[in-house]
Amino acid sequence: MSSAAGGPPCTESARRAVEAVWRIESARIVGALARYTGDFALAEDVAQEAVAEALVTWSRAGAPESPVGWLLATARRRAVDAFRRRSALDERYAALAGRLAEGEASSGAAAPPDRPDDPPWDPDRIDDDVLALMFTACHPVLAPEARVALTLRVVGGLSSEEIARGFLVPVPTVQARITRAKKTIAAAKVPFELPPAGERRERLGGVLSVLYVIFTEGSTATSGDRLLRSDLAYEAVRLARTLVALLPDEPETHGLLALFELTAARFPARVGPGGEAVLLEDQDRRLWDRSAIRRGLAALGRASAAGRGLGPYGLQAAIAACHASATSVPETDWERIVLLYEALGRVAPSPVVELNRAVAVAMADGPDRALSMVDELAVSGRLAGSHLLPGVRGELLARLGRVAEARAELELAARLCRNVRERSVLLRRAAALT
Amino acid sequence: MAKYMLILRGTDESVAEMTEMPFEQMLETMGRFNDELIRAGVLVAAEGLEDPAQGVVVDFSGETPVVTDGPYGETKELFGGFYIIDVASKEEAVEWARRIPAITGSKCEIRRVPGIDEFPQDNEWIARERAWRERTGQL
Repeated sequence: MSSAAGGPPCTESARRAVEAVWRIESARIVGALARYTGDFALAEDVAQEAVAEALVTWSRAGAPESPVGWLLATARRRAVDAFRRRSALDERYAALAGRLAEGEASSGAAAPPDRPDDPPWDPDRIDDDVLALMFTACHPVLAPEARVALTLRVVGGLSSEEIARGFLVPVPTVQARITRAKKTIAAAKVPFELPPAGERRERLGGVLSVLYVIFTEGSTATSGDRLLRSDLAYEAVRLARTLVALLPDEPETHGLLALFELTAARFPARVGPGGEAVLLEDQDRRLWDRSAIRRGLAALGRASAAGRGLGPYGLQAAIAACHASATSVPETDWERIVLLYEALGRVAPSPVVELNRAVAVAMADGPDRALSMVDELAVSGRLAGSHLLPGVRGELLARLGRVAEARAELELAARLCRNVRERSVLLRRAAALT
Repeated sequence: MAKYMLILRGTDESVAEMTEMPFEQMLETMGRFNDELIRAGVLVAAEGLEDPAQGVVVDFSGETPVVTDGPYGETKELFGGFYIIDVASKEEAVEWARRIPAITGSKCEIRRVPGIDEFPQDNEWIARERAWRERTGQL
């Protein structure tokens, strides 16, 4: 949605009203339109046109009685126009346009009623529509950054400006990603439907990983001068809650939500008054959000209750839960964290997991064994170019009293780190070594 | 993100209408809306209050508090219940409030709920309250 700031106050208030409705309803509006038209890209286009029209009309005439109904009816009209234009080229579209104009969906579902007090969609179908929308936006034919942008746009109802702000990229880049993504979906003839049973588990993994990327970028901004972009992380929490409500029987969905809640619980303590990063050991744990911890533990309980063993997200949530329930770093159950990282390394092997396991080993058994694990990782070259490895190596060397080497490693880590706040923590640590 | 309380206020008439509504029907109507809030991931808390006639009022107009049974004052606006939601903007809170399946005549007031972080953290009483919030997992 376009959101030109400024302008007269009535324009501004109309913009905010449209944004509020869009945030709540975008998934259902685009989902319903995609099902009516069978064309995801068209659905997104006409929905955006309706939003643009709302900005103009609502600032002049005020918000309509049923903002959702208004948006859906306007978008549907635009879809009919589009089909009519195409029907000049291809008569199959004429039939579609006719049906749509009569208010009969191509799938045979009931038309959205025009009475303002009724929801303009079929309540029995809307869950499937929103789920299908999530699966489409996270479809494997799309590049990872396109999945992220499309999910935030169509499911989360964020504007291109908001997405650009969240990922520190220019607005035209976001717009181009979304446009390209829609073309890719059309070219690959991706049907708007729930994945067939055989593909369901794998495709769900794709959706979860998109939410994970959104959350991670919000919770550990990879670049820029702010440590956290909590609004972005909160979007991921919101989307995960929606997904949990839609798919309550999938343990990893609960595991992912648990991980988000337990990690977000620490946000208030992670940033100092000057915006600087506060390390786990220095955090004032009284600032942790206890209600988020409670929600996270409950979600983790639901993930475990399925009895199928925790997946990668559930295991990460279990690690976060160890921290959340500890009163201090030394009081933390590091042995359990080591075991959980071992399990995580088995189900989702990655050099970052190994590095984190080394940190946990250092806390449980001391720095010697941890250092040899980190050195093995360094030799493998699998984390080359990342600031994480020299950062951890520097800390371990410092604990072993090898000050000069430690300082060199921390300074190397600072050079490699793209987040300004994190970099200054590394430099402070290096300078404090004696 | 900010927390908002949606305060539901009824009148004698709307409370009476609500009481006449079949219980199952009321549960379904409110339940559907509550479910929307849950699915959208914004619901923090919600409570509804018992019949105002069962309430008690403590009046501080005089020198000593006076306790009377029954509803508060002229009963033009009876406090009936509340939602607390965590949303991106006041407009979003308003948009959710518009959707409450409220009975004609009732009203919903929307007020932001300041977080404990917004109070002076060096104040002893704030620190105590904070400790209680930590122990009990309050907002």
